[in-house]
Amino acid sequence: MSASTPGGAPRPEPAGPGATGSASVGRGKRRTERLGPFVVFVLFIGLWYLVSGWAIDAVFGKPSFLLPPPHQVIAAGFLDNAMIRGQMFEGVWLSAQVAFLGLAIAIVVGMGLAVLMSRARWIERSLYPYAVALQAVPILAFVPLIGSFFGFDFTSRVLVCVIISVFPIIANTLFGLLSAEPGQHDLFTLYAASGRQRLLKLQFPAALPSIFTGLRISAGLAVIGAVVGDFFFRQGEPGIGRLIDVYRSRNDNAEMFAAVILAAALGIAVFWLFGFLGRLAMGRWHESTGQR
Amino acid sequence: MAPAAHADPVALRFDGVSMAFPDGTRALDDVSFEVRRGEFVTIIGPSGCGKSTVLRLASGLLEGASGTITVADENLGYVFQDPTLLPWRTVRRNVELFAELCGVAKPERARRADEVLDLVGLDGFADRYPHQLSGGMRMRASLARSLTLRPGLFLFDEPFGALDEITREHLNEELARLFVSERFAALFITHSIYEAVYLSTRVLVMSARPGRLVASLEVPFEYPRPPALRFDAAFTALAGQLSAALREAYA
Repeated sequence: MSASTPGGAPRPEPAGPGATGSASVGRGKRRTERLGPFVVFVLFIGLWYLVSGWAIDAVFGKPSFLLPPPHQVIAAGFLDNAMIRGQMFEGVWLSAQVAFLGLAIAIVVGMGLAVLMSRARWIERSLYPYAVALQAVPILAFVPLIGSFFGFDFTSRVLVCVIISVFPIIANTLFGLLSAEPGQHDLFTLYAASGRQRLLKLQFPAALPSIFTGLRISAGLAVIGAVVGDFFFRQGEPGIGRLIDVYRSRNDNAEMFAAVILAAALGIAVFWLFGFLGRLAMGRWHESTGQR
Repeated sequence: MAPAAHADPVALRFDGVSMAFPDGTRALDDVSFEVRRGEFVTIIGPSGCGKSTVLRLASGLLEGASGTITVADENLGYVFQDPTLLPWRTVRRNVELFAELCGVAKPERARRADEVLDLVGLDGFADRYPHQLSGGMRMRASLARSLTLRPGLFLFDEPFGALDEITREHLNEELARLFVSERFAALFITHSIYEAVYLSTRVLVMSARPGRLVASLEVPFEYPRPPALRFDAAFTALAGQLSAALREAYA
């Protein structure tokens, strides 16, 4: 079963012992929380400079153009050239569309399959192996097939996103639907609830926390799918993946890293979006279950 | 809010009921008793003697017993050992759940929820979530959830066992008050001798597994029962008798 840490959820301050003398400790803690990300960011940028300015030559013995320093990446990708900047943002916008459409389809298909599997053990036993297989088979193997069926552009890229992102949705939704407690099921059995009532009023809400865990994982995978799909399906408007590939082939490494940063930013944005939607959907009650 | 007058004076009847689980465990052995309208019957006995099985059979949650079980009433109240509230619903929406499942229309549901939240002293907490309530308040919400159905027969499966003593006594007093005002027939399961005597009109003692009914005690005190009744000599004497019967049941 896939799992992830709850991304970005504000951690409640533990009401520990010595609450009276903890005012300064609490403030220090909050400062650490704000400072931590900043320090890590500075370290990351520092490491980048260290590698591109010194280690790449002195330690690895490679030419330094392979990893340009951060300011060159930013300048080449987003500042110096309006045409490149335009290309970048159009590319990432197209990839975002591919990823979101793919993810939307994966959500509908994945949740539908999970509901179906939750209805009966034999359905689960019959279908689940294929879901696992879909996850395990390298997408590369499907490329020629998908391309010849759906063309080498938008549709096929979306399909790659669906294939790559559907499994965590199936797995987490199914796990969630089956996680309602027996005591809670008794309530519904007692008053002869219909299968539909049980699904909508019990199983689905009980599944929400794990559904959102699945969604956050799948959202990231859908972005990977959109980038990877670009490498295989090269017709139509270029997405961010195509740009990465083009810059790489031209040895325009500064531009390439700028494009990689944009792709990563897209991944972070969708991950954050689903974390936000999750807190919106269950923020008021889920803390209780999360703290157990 | 009293249930309509019923022709049948017996709310629940067990007639020679035995129950064995598929794994061979014999839970109940030839259990016969009835709960009449106006009665508060408590079954007391050792852990694992099959007390809960009686309730699960009476409610239809469990099937497969031999013998005859007759339930005269459609409107069944059931309070479980755990409050079993749904964490994603507010107190109000939790209280409305049973009425919702039974197809009671929305405005009527809301009206009944207001009424019972008031009855159990949870008015003002309607919009809280379960994790924001104390254990006693959760149990009150659980009680309220069944009250919305105006049950003719109310089943209680050791509902107050996990609460501290004072909260438990408070809830006993409130339940005794509800028994008078709502006029349901009650079948209550407990480990506690004092709880059994305080609440009930009659106490049945069940033996260790397989559960058999080995003694029956009438509790003659009038309702409403004041909290101080627990320190009355007659009360203590009855508790002593019950304790003696229970010792035999453990043997």
